[in-house]
Amino acid sequence: MASHLPPKSSTQHSQPASAGVASQAHEAPKGLKRWLLTTNHKEIGTLYLVLSLTMFFVGGLFAMVIRAELFQPGLQLVEPEFFNQMTTMHGLIMIFGAVMPAFVGLANWMVPLQIGAPDMALPRLNNFSFWLLPVAFTLLLSTFFMPGGAPNFGWTSYAPLSTTYSPPSTTFFILSLHMAGISSILGAINIIATILNLRTPGMRLMDMPLFVWTWLITAFLLIAVMPVLAGVITMMLLDINFGTSFFSAAGGGDPVLFQHLFWFFGHPEVYIMILPAFGIVSVIIPTFARKPLFGYASMVYATASIAILSFLVWSHHMFTVGLPLVAELFFMYSTMLIAVPTGVKVFNWVTTLFRGSITFEPPMLFALAFVVLFTIGGFSGLMLAISPADFQYHDTYFVVAHFHYVLVPGAVFAIMAGVYYWLPKWTGHYPNLRLSQWHFWLSVIGVNLTFFPMHFAGLAGMPRRIPDYALQFADFNMVTSLGAFLFGLSQLLFVLVVVLCVRGGEKAPAKAWEGGEDLEWTVPSPAPLHTFETPPDFQPRRH
Amino acid sequence: MRIRKRLVWTASGAALAVPVSGALASGWNMPVGVTDLSRDIHGLHMAIFWICVVIGIVVFGAFFYSLFRYRRSRGARPSHFREHTTVEVIWTIVPLLILVAIAIPATATLKAMYDTSEADMEVLITGQQWRWRYEYRGEDVAFLSNLATPREQIAGQGKKGEHYLREVDEPLVLPVGRKVRLLLTSDDVIHSWWVPELGVKQDAMPGFVNENWVRINEPGTYRGQCAELCGRDHGFMPVVVEAVAPERFDGWLAERRAAAAEAAMGLDRDWAMDELMERGEQVYGTICVSCHQPDGRGNPPVFPALAGNQTLMDDRARHIETVINGVAGSAMPAFRNTLNPVEIAAVITYERNAWGNETGDRVQPSAIAERIAE
Amino acid sequence: MSGGSYYVPASSKWPVLASLALGTMMVGTGTLLVFGMGGLPVMVIGLLAVLGVMTLWFRDVIHESRSGLYDAQMDRSFRWGMGWFIFSEVMFFAAFFGTLFYVRTFALPWLDGEGAKGVAALLWPDFTASWPLLEPPGEAVKGPHETFSPWQLPLVNTLILVSSSITLTVAHEALKEGYRDTARHWLGGTVLLGLCFITIQGFEYHEAYTHYGITLQAGIYGATFFLMTGFHGLHVIIGTLILIAILGRVLRGHFTRDDHFAFEAAAWYWHFVDVVWIGLFTFVYVF
Repeated sequence: MASHLPPKSSTQHSQPASAGVASQAHEAPKGLKRWLLTTNHKEIGTLYLVLSLTMFFVGGLFAMVIRAELFQPGLQLVEPEFFNQMTTMHGLIMIFGAVMPAFVGLANWMVPLQIGAPDMALPRLNNFSFWLLPVAFTLLLSTFFMPGGAPNFGWTSYAPLSTTYSPPSTTFFILSLHMAGISSILGAINIIATILNLRTPGMRLMDMPLFVWTWLITAFLLIAVMPVLAGVITMMLLDINFGTSFFSAAGGGDPVLFQHLFWFFGHPEVYIMILPAFGIVSVIIPTFARKPLFGYASMVYATASIAILSFLVWSHHMFTVGLPLVAELFFMYSTMLIAVPTGVKVFNWVTTLFRGSITFEPPMLFALAFVVLFTIGGFSGLMLAISPADFQYHDTYFVVAHFHYVLVPGAVFAIMAGVYYWLPKWTGHYPNLRLSQWHFWLSVIGVNLTFFPMHFAGLAGMPRRIPDYALQFADFNMVTSLGAFLFGLSQLLFVLVVVLCVRGGEKAPAKAWEGGEDLEWTVPSPAPLHTFETPPDFQPRRH
Repeated sequence: MRIRKRLVWTASGAALAVPVSGALASGWNMPVGVTDLSRDIHGLHMAIFWICVVIGIVVFGAFFYSLFRYRRSRGARPSHFREHTTVEVIWTIVPLLILVAIAIPATATLKAMYDTSEADMEVLITGQQWRWRYEYRGEDVAFLSNLATPREQIAGQGKKGEHYLREVDEPLVLPVGRKVRLLLTSDDVIHSWWVPELGVKQDAMPGFVNENWVRINEPGTYRGQCAELCGRDHGFMPVVVEAVAPERFDGWLAERRAAAAEAAMGLDRDWAMDELMERGEQVYGTICVSCHQPDGRGNPPVFPALAGNQTLMDDRARHIETVINGVAGSAMPAFRNTLNPVEIAAVITYERNAWGNETGDRVQPSAIAERIAE
Repeated sequence: MSGGSYYVPASSKWPVLASLALGTMMVGTGTLLVFGMGGLPVMVIGLLAVLGVMTLWFRDVIHESRSGLYDAQMDRSFRWGMGWFIFSEVMFFAAFFGTLFYVRTFALPWLDGEGAKGVAALLWPDFTASWPLLEPPGEAVKGPHETFSPWQLPLVNTLILVSSSITLTVAHEALKEGYRDTARHWLGGTVLLGLCFITIQGFEYHEAYTHYGITLQAGIYGATFFLMTGFHGLHVIIGTLILIAILGRVLRGHFTRDDHFAFEAAAWYWHFVDVVWIGLFTFVYVF
């Protein structure tokens, strides 16, 4: 362990081994224990990413069940009750198990490397944040085996379907979500402390790579809204188990109160899943356009504006619940405003490409697909903001198409772009080019086949979360299901690429991409366990 | 040079627009609908859609142009500009102006949607797991509207009909040309009453009442379904509205009123076992079956079994109480206002004598009516 | 920024054990609530394990701190960490204050026929909104018979908690000036005040259930009352435990005049709990 301390301090801090400091690098636990007990940001980052990938396949499996049932009209494979469990758990697992941990994993790996820090600010807490998640998800998945089955009321858990009318396992779902929430809060605290306190001397906030910036803002959002989720699910718990009336009019409560609290968490949560994606793409595009990011400062301000606005738009998820007209208008206007900073970001990415010198390595392919497909999701988002029209769109497949466009070819593609971008740094090898390209093109085709027809199904009148549908939706659903199977299968290729890359492949130098300008490209590939034991020199680029 | 390029884009945009609008007209798009408001909504939808298309053409045009023109394989050398204040200000202000332009008509439409005043009539729509109840306020007419698609079709036995999952036993009948105020509530969980062609989707919240309104311009049958996840049979809860000429509507309403009065009769007489069982089986088959299942075995733990339910069979008073007032804090609703005393008596009798339950009890409508009156 | 001696602890078994302990507690709690008493021992074991692991974890941290392994930069990490943690707690309570505000300003008047959604009164013709809500809309929900006067026990508790913040500040100032005996006494006094508060709150709950009919089931008044005072009370208990631990450290001669962040963190937490109470006293009891 002493190896990462500069000579001066390691002698100064010569300690008995039990204090866990002095020269015990050779005593570091091996095998499983190494992963259980680690405090190293790179190992914890890897753990997060592996968990995320696992959950991506679990949630994906649920999606496959949904798409298989919806392949044609009629009830074929599963009971409606089980279908509802599938949609609920698909959402929960993908959001809390796949997308969020993936971004935290990337932050763990890359934030210290991009700011020249030796590790995360609070390394033990970091490991705690991670290990809460496997326990939480084991608990969550165990609800399938309880009487009445798993939660079946949608990931949004609207009361009273999720309280008075819910299966007994709901209590366990709430408790597991509490654990995931604690994990998120502690993880976010750690990331904020790291970014604010551990930057290498000379790196000002406005010198940080955008991935770091977006994560700083994301961490703030997490700390602000995860406690609200904890609060509202606690009120659910009380309504279910202790006879309170928070969400029941008979006792003076209101089911809509649940939705207000939930979406006060839920809308920032949406940005929690997309801001780090913005950061990744903003780092990758300049690298492969060999040109500085256009409008660095406006990117930062746009991200901050989106984050602030995210606290003021929550009721646009509730346009049809019967809000007073004033509220309806306010939330329509505030939601439309979000298009402005989001537009700025897209324009900046496009302008970064303009007059660059562009190459199309796998990370760049995913980043470029992100720009186009996320923007399509942004367009449908703008349409959904128009409250009168939302009365027709709401709770239909149009909404499903919208948020899957921003989450799958949005968030998930950005995560994959990040993985392809940083795999050389992690493993010391480039991912197999041919397989990566296959993965990319199959994913792009699959994702569009899956989600594009959903726009039409929704506009034509198909509600979401139904196990069976009227005949006029049959064609759309068949295409969607085929696309989903294609997309699902192509992700096996992704696993193959990653496994092959870990085991071998073309050797990568420290600066794996010639356009990579950030600090992570100054350390060897693969990055040694301990990096930046002394803060690196940093020359601010003129932004 | 630059102008010519812009012309090319405009032309290709227009060329794209023709087939796209063709496709959008034919069941791939939001229906225009049959009310003034649904037309307004559709207009907003198309306006914002085309705005997105135009922005998309500009942005994606610049994007793909850059990708093509500035490839390194084509020998592109990177320039190093980082910002351009004028451009950045312009692309912040212009979208803002576009938003204001669309917000103005959107606000007007929304205000119109919220104006439920000066209605010619009122219908109270109550969502229940998993059916709708319609009450013509002040007219003494109320009825349930259940899915009419046979279970066999859903299970894949037999050909699915034209209106598969979008047909009901009794549609909501409304007059053309009159302003109808819709009041929505729910007996259990949140439902959402949606008919795309009427431009109305409104949640039905338990314990609260929402308002909306509709004035239908053309007679016809308009179909929709519940739009808010409401439990197991959420996908099997259609809405069918039949819009008819006002005179026909008035006639229909009078007929229904007479029929309702007739149904309330027969309370005083003694009902035979056969009558009760027959009527009870019918009620059970439309109302109770979705939770308690055709074989009465329910779906525990949320929906308890009735077949062989010894506690209930031993305690007739509790059985009656449960059906009339429901069970607080559970999924069992009160049927006091949903079913008439004859129906309640019949279904309790049926439950106490079906699937091996052999109590031999007959529950009389008069007893139920008395119990409700208390 | 420091010269690069940021302390990164070696591997530690506490995080993973803490997670398992918390998981055990959750499984126990869930089982207790859903399937019955069998969950109780599991919950208790989980809770004890959580407390045990936290004690051992903090023991490591204290040991490292006293060995001089932490530099100014580490100190800042702790400060950021604690500060943001308290912010997360603020948001937790914000959700509950939001609930109270929503119910009183919107839901109850609507159910009574007032305001933009007053048409809801159609379903509750006999209902009249009031706060405290003694007669909830539904017949099946029994409201409280009467509510507390804020100017008796709640006022006493307010005075106790406010003075505890003052005594804690005196202790802190004493520590900074090097008067360790004074610091010890005033800190001890703070702990006693905390214990008084908890005792009085316990007594008030007893009164609520036995004499006032304020229960969790008594409609939205009882629900918000116990939700807000309950989670606050839980925080007072945790805060008192933290202060007791800090008192133990002071008694052992830990902390120096200019290096005592654990003390300060505990004080931040205590002041936060105090501020929440002021909010509760104002909006739950007085208005």
